Amino acid sequence: MALTGVLRPGFTQIRVMDMPAAIEHYTKRIGLHQVTEGADGRVYLKSADEFDHHSIVLRRADQAGVDITAFKVRQDSDLDTFAGRVADYGYAVDHVAAGDQPGLGRRIGFRIASGHRIELYAKADQSDPKPAQHNPDVWQIEPHGMRARRFDHSLLYGPKIEENLDFFVKVLDFECAERVDMPDGLLAIWLTAGMKAHDIAFVNHPEPDKLHHVAFELENWNDVGHAADVLTRYDISVDIGPTRHGITRGQTIYFFDPSGNRNEVFAGGYTYYPDLPTRTWDETQVGKGIFYYERAMNAAFLSVVS
Amino acid sequence: MSENAALSSIGGKDGYTAPQRFTITVEDCGTASCLSGERALVALERAQGFGRLKNLPRKLPVGCRRGGCGICRVRVLHGDYRKDAMSRAHISESDEAAGLVLACSIYPLSDILLRFETPIRVNDVVTSTATI
Repeated sequence: MALTGVLRPGFTQIRVMDMPAAIEHYTKRIGLHQVTEGADGRVYLKSADEFDHHSIVLRRADQAGVDITAFKVRQDSDLDTFAGRVADYGYAVDHVAAGDQPGLGRRIGFRIASGHRIELYAKADQSDPKPAQHNPDVWQIEPHGMRARRFDHSLLYGPKIEENLDFFVKVLDFECAERVDMPDGLLAIWLTAGMKAHDIAFVNHPEPDKLHHVAFELENWNDVGHAADVLTRYDISVDIGPTRHGITRGQTIYFFDPSGNRNEVFAGGYTYYPDLPTRTWDETQVGKGIFYYERAMNAAFLSVVS
Repeated sequence: MSENAALSSIGGKDGYTAPQRFTITVEDCGTASCLSGERALVALERAQGFGRLKNLPRKLPVGCRRGGCGICRVRVLHGDYRKDAMSRAHISESDEAAGLVLACSIYPLSDILLRFETPIRVNDVVTSTATI
């Protein structure tokens, strides 16, 4: 197996203002399952197509946004290696003991230049529901809602994304699959730890530590259409779509959870290999890059974050 | 179809009492009809679609419609409403006490008069508001 070090996005912890409404949205509408609720009130969710304990953590707060974006690494010793490399880069590293979140081992955490907290961890228990391991059916529990298969990536907004790019490539061994360069500088980067077109993305933005969206993967374009039906049936606030991104080629819808955090459900996207070049976009075609069919960004893309 | 016809079709279910209808006036910009239980911003979006906010100097500021992003910040100058939770990153307790709210998160209980006060970013920090 060639994948080592950081494997993939593991979980994200997001802030919600109305917990019952958030649970209903993420379970009944997006199609996740509630695994458990912690003693401190945090709620842990997963897709039935994920093995690991949880991939979404909801924390009740008086403002929306993101607390943590966490990646899973291959083995426990990777945590010590990365802790050293992150500290050598000049970022303070802290340690979160096993059990802070149910089902997870120890984590290391640090704040990057854009203001976001990133964590790494190596160990996760499995939880139900999960895919079968032996003679597996395509699903054990019939998919519901939008039939999300996994938490896939986040797009985060903040300043100094040139430093984020340098850090993710040099310290966490990510590759830059795509980037947008405007006449006044770097606007956006799509970074991958594996073979997806992106595992995390950043857009340059004056305010630090902002969330643009948390994305869930769907099986195909038909499921994107079905997700659009769910959005209208339940009067969920839609941003744009169904449409497609030129960047990553994902077929997509953007919408908002009951606290105003943007979600994406998407299907498709190309396969990335580490020997592939970085695909680049400039100001003449960036509209097509963001929304391929509209060929223009909507007003909300650069201004609406939580 | 007129805006009033559109609204009637919302309320006209069998055995169902049509909701109350209130008028939202956006200071110097126009008016919108809003049904009880409807988000003010949703009523304003519909009115804009029917061309009833002609004097709005630019497009209605619509973001998440769920109280999180802060784009649709308004000052309620007159009238009663109930409200959902709004992100404290955008509406402080003192803002809220002064009638500064997010249009997406209030539900009129009477005719209301409001003015948009969209956040402006100065030196990377939200420091003041502009009236549109």
